Amino acid sequence: MLEIRWHSRAGQGAVTGAKGLADVISTTGKHVQAFAFYGSAKRGAAMTAYNRVDDKVVMNHEKYMEPDFVFVIDPALVFTSDVTINGKATTKYIITTHLTKEELAKAQPKLDGKEVYTVDCIKISRETIGKPIPNTPMLGAFMKISGMYDIEFFKESMKRVLGKLPQKIIDANMSAIQRAYDEVK
Amino acid sequence: MAFNKMNLKDIEVWDGNHAAAQALRQAQVDVVAAYPITPSTPIVEGYAKFKANNYVEGEFVMVESEHAAMSGCIGAAAAGGRVATATSSQGFALMVETLYQASGMRLPVVLNVVNRALAAPLNVNGDHSDMYLGRDSGWIQVDAYSPQEAYDLNLMAFRISEDHDIRLPVMVHQDGFMTSHTAQGVHTLSDDAAYNFVGEYKPMNDMLDFEHPVTHGVQTEEDWHFEHKARQHNDLMLKAPPKIEEVFTAFEKLTGRKYNQVESYDMEDAEVCVFCMGTSVETAREVASEMREKGIKAGVVGLRVVRPFPFVQVAEALKNTKAVAILDRSSPNGAAGAMFNEVAGALYNTGIRTLLSGYIYGLGGRDLTKAHLVALFNELQANVNAGKITTQLQQFIGVRGPKLSYL
Repeated sequence: MLEIRWHSRAGQGAVTGAKGLADVISTTGKHVQAFAFYGSAKRGAAMTAYNRVDDKVVMNHEKYMEPDFVFVIDPALVFTSDVTINGKATTKYIITTHLTKEELAKAQPKLDGKEVYTVDCIKISRETIGKPIPNTPMLGAFMKISGMYDIEFFKESMKRVLGKLPQKIIDANMSAIQRAYDEVK
Repeated sequence: MAFNKMNLKDIEVWDGNHAAAQALRQAQVDVVAAYPITPSTPIVEGYAKFKANNYVEGEFVMVESEHAAMSGCIGAAAAGGRVATATSSQGFALMVETLYQASGMRLPVVLNVVNRALAAPLNVNGDHSDMYLGRDSGWIQVDAYSPQEAYDLNLMAFRISEDHDIRLPVMVHQDGFMTSHTAQGVHTLSDDAAYNFVGEYKPMNDMLDFEHPVTHGVQTEEDWHFEHKARQHNDLMLKAPPKIEEVFTAFEKLTGRKYNQVESYDMEDAEVCVFCMGTSVETAREVASEMREKGIKAGVVGLRVVRPFPFVQVAEALKNTKAVAILDRSSPNGAAGAMFNEVAGALYNTGIRTLLSGYIYGLGGRDLTKAHLVALFNELQANVNAGKITTQLQQFIGVRGPKLSYL
């Protein structure tokens, strides 16, 4: 079982990202689950989304999760939410930030000593898609860190997932995924 | 006007709402009258989108309330069309008056109820309060535990509801958010296979058949009211169960997916059992397998058909157990849990004795964790070891504050 928790603001595309990732993984024969905590969240409110991946049908519907990966796609959430909650010793954190890992650990001591990777998904999405929608670049970074799939296979799969969008937007998302893959540290 | 067909992958990653919307599309529903409410909104939104994109040939009627939504469905069903809608919680509560009209008028309607808590306090998350509110409404109620089942049960619901021997409306329940907004792999049927399974709509006593005028929505006082109600109850008790079985069997032949009025998992030699509905059934199944590795003979029974209540099958499923926990995801507000009472009735009257305890859990979407279920199975095992119930009969799972227990 692979478990992922996303930290996002409502409107930044964590749910779409989690479902898109589930869709891609499902085509490779694995069983998936993607869900989110909503409450009466409004645009901009902090929220979390989740992925479960397994070789057998995912029957666990508890919301509680000790994630293998934590994705933070809004840079302020490492300060306003506890992104390390229910973490394991082996949990890997991929965090959207313009800070270096050292600066980040200093600013948020909870991340000190954790396996942290950084990438500026907000900057990347602004420069490629033209909007701060950091979900697809986070998936590019995840492909690099996890080594889950070859990046070309992943991009081809995401083209299908994003199929109904205009070609220009799809192309911009592909650039965003590739840049995050290349830039995550 | 011809409509477009959709090419689906064998396995699509859909949430429960989208799975239900796709089933409504494949069944080619004629009329959806709807007043959307969280968390069921995407079902009727999905149908509207399919219609706008010419994937269905039907009517979407925008109305001013859920009361009007069900009233519109009733009118359309009486006129002689395939009808469906969706609602949740407060919307369901507002629909209640018309629910009794639909079933009393013997009209086939499929209502997706995406289960959500009832206010106050206001809460958009999943529990079974609205499902329980529909218990006596004369509808057939079936419960899905996953997006796959929401899809499958919708297709089966039309066939059950529209059968000329049945002509009773059917609610398809799924857990708000935990199923409705959780995307998982769903094995799909092709549009043709799904439509062929559901079958062409065959009207009966339809108002638009001007050659054979009929009256709908009549008044009967003490002269006939009781006979109508008794006949409706009779058909729910005697005609609906074999029809449901027949449709479940036909669906298994088509898809290989087997549904039962009462679902039993790991129950062949189970001594301790959790009895519940919705997504909790699947989580409990996973925990039961883990308990077996620790030497506890654990099993799970899920209620698939809530109404008509499968009295005999419930007793049969639990007959060899030593201790059973009945989980109610709705506050009984001054009584034992409704499901606790129903199961107790089924067991007592069939001479089956097991250590039966009741638990209220998950209100307003409160998480039912695997840790809760481990503790629950252990508590049941402790009851077995003691040869008696070691707690009070009614407890709460997952509520904060001082421990509450009654009876």
